[in-house]
Amino acid sequence: MTKPNQDWSKRVEELAHTRLNDCYQCGKCTAGCPRADVMDLPPTRIMRAAQTGDILNAARATSIWRCLSCLTCTARCPKSVEVAGVIDALRQISIETNTFSDESLKVVGFQKAFLRNVRRNGRTNETEMATDFEARYFFRRFDVMNVVRLGLLAPKMLARGKMHFKLGSPVKDKELVKRIFDRCGVEL
Amino acid sequence: MDIGYYPGCALHGSSNDYEASVRVCMKALGVELNELEDWICCGASAAHCINKKLSTALPARNLGIAEKQNLKSLFAPCPMCSMELTKANEAIRSDEALRKEMSDIVETPVTGNVDVVNLIQVFQAVGYDAIAERATRKLENFKPACYYGCLLTRPPKVVKFDDPEEPTSMEELLQKLGAEPVEWNCKTVCCGGGLTLSDEEGVAAMTYRVLQNAIDSGANCVVVACPMCQVNLDMRQADAKKLGLTKDVPIFYLSDLVGLAVGCAAKDLDIERRYVSIPKDLK
Repeated sequence: MTKPNQDWSKRVEELAHTRLNDCYQCGKCTAGCPRADVMDLPPTRIMRAAQTGDILNAARATSIWRCLSCLTCTARCPKSVEVAGVIDALRQISIETNTFSDESLKVVGFQKAFLRNVRRNGRTNETEMATDFEARYFFRRFDVMNVVRLGLLAPKMLARGKMHFKLGSPVKDKELVKRIFDRCGVEL
Repeated sequence: MDIGYYPGCALHGSSNDYEASVRVCMKALGVELNELEDWICCGASAAHCINKKLSTALPARNLGIAEKQNLKSLFAPCPMCSMELTKANEAIRSDEALRKEMSDIVETPVTGNVDVVNLIQVFQAVGYDAIAERATRKLENFKPACYYGCLLTRPPKVVKFDDPEEPTSMEELLQKLGAEPVEWNCKTVCCGGGLTLSDEEGVAAMTYRVLQNAIDSGANCVVVACPMCQVNLDMRQADAKKLGLTKDVPIFYLSDLVGLAVGCAAKDLDIERRYVSIPKDLK
């Protein structure tokens, strides 16, 4: 019988299509990571945690949501490990197990709001998505400065015709999009 | 030449200036764009973080539509879209079980035989020399820093485009059109666009790093082929100023410069709605 932590490592390998033990901890991913300076666990240490089966701890790291998915780590890995894919797998697990760090709330909230919007419209309606995201974030954190920043930005976007209240062209078969989401087991 | 066209959400939203630029430029080059019927979002930066299967299914639906419309190649001007479409296409082509699963999920057969291309690849298909022959003006005064960002060249095994560390395809094209692209260090360094709405401070630092390097290398503008890079480098420049950015840097789409060279009017290319306005000598 496999131990639970080995099951988690296996799940990461399946999601990321990569072998965790291929990583020999050279540190090249962290050296090139543009966000390593703001990460609690930089990519090399994320990889190590994943190798040792310490998945839930890695899924709690703030760094997996500070990652911008720029894919520099994956592009440079001398062992062709899908480092960014491992981070994606940990993100998915952190949402499924609801273990993402409190500090990551805003980024997680953004990604979820984005997909809720796609599920509803088939395409992103940016203004509707941003309103949904910012409103939910406000009621979680009461971050007044954030509202002020948005209040300063919105008129600039409006003046340049970059804020739209309707989609340029709507999707005809929206129900199909909902069925695709449901078949993939997406919970938002 | 005619080609399938997947605009993606950004080009129908806040980056509709990119769509105008692409359409006008392509028309001038004689490239006809056949827009994919009833396309849906590719999942962008969100699907792959939340649900792996969805991040394949959303592009797969679009690939299925392209196959049904018998489009051999599909042009996605947004590198996020073109990378996600390419990744799904490759995964589906090489895995029979996935092919069947995805065809069921998206309710249309998908085999993974669509050739997905980015903006630069469309220019390559037209031919750099053919574009230069159509040019009606030389891009004098333009000293662009050609910015590739993340997803035009990464992941290299998926996109198989240019050199992931030292790409040169934009420079080669712009040189032929009379511009003088600068040598610089941040061609493929991430600008932070993916978190422009959810981590403003972190993103400002990344934007500053890229733009200051362009300025220090002698550039008088930055050229991108990505709507996310454009909006982030342009809109967040005010925040980068607070970190010490030494001057304004206009941010062009590659299609703006090619369009200007082949005689399109600046107004038609829709370059007037930028946050950092474009100086007269660069129109």
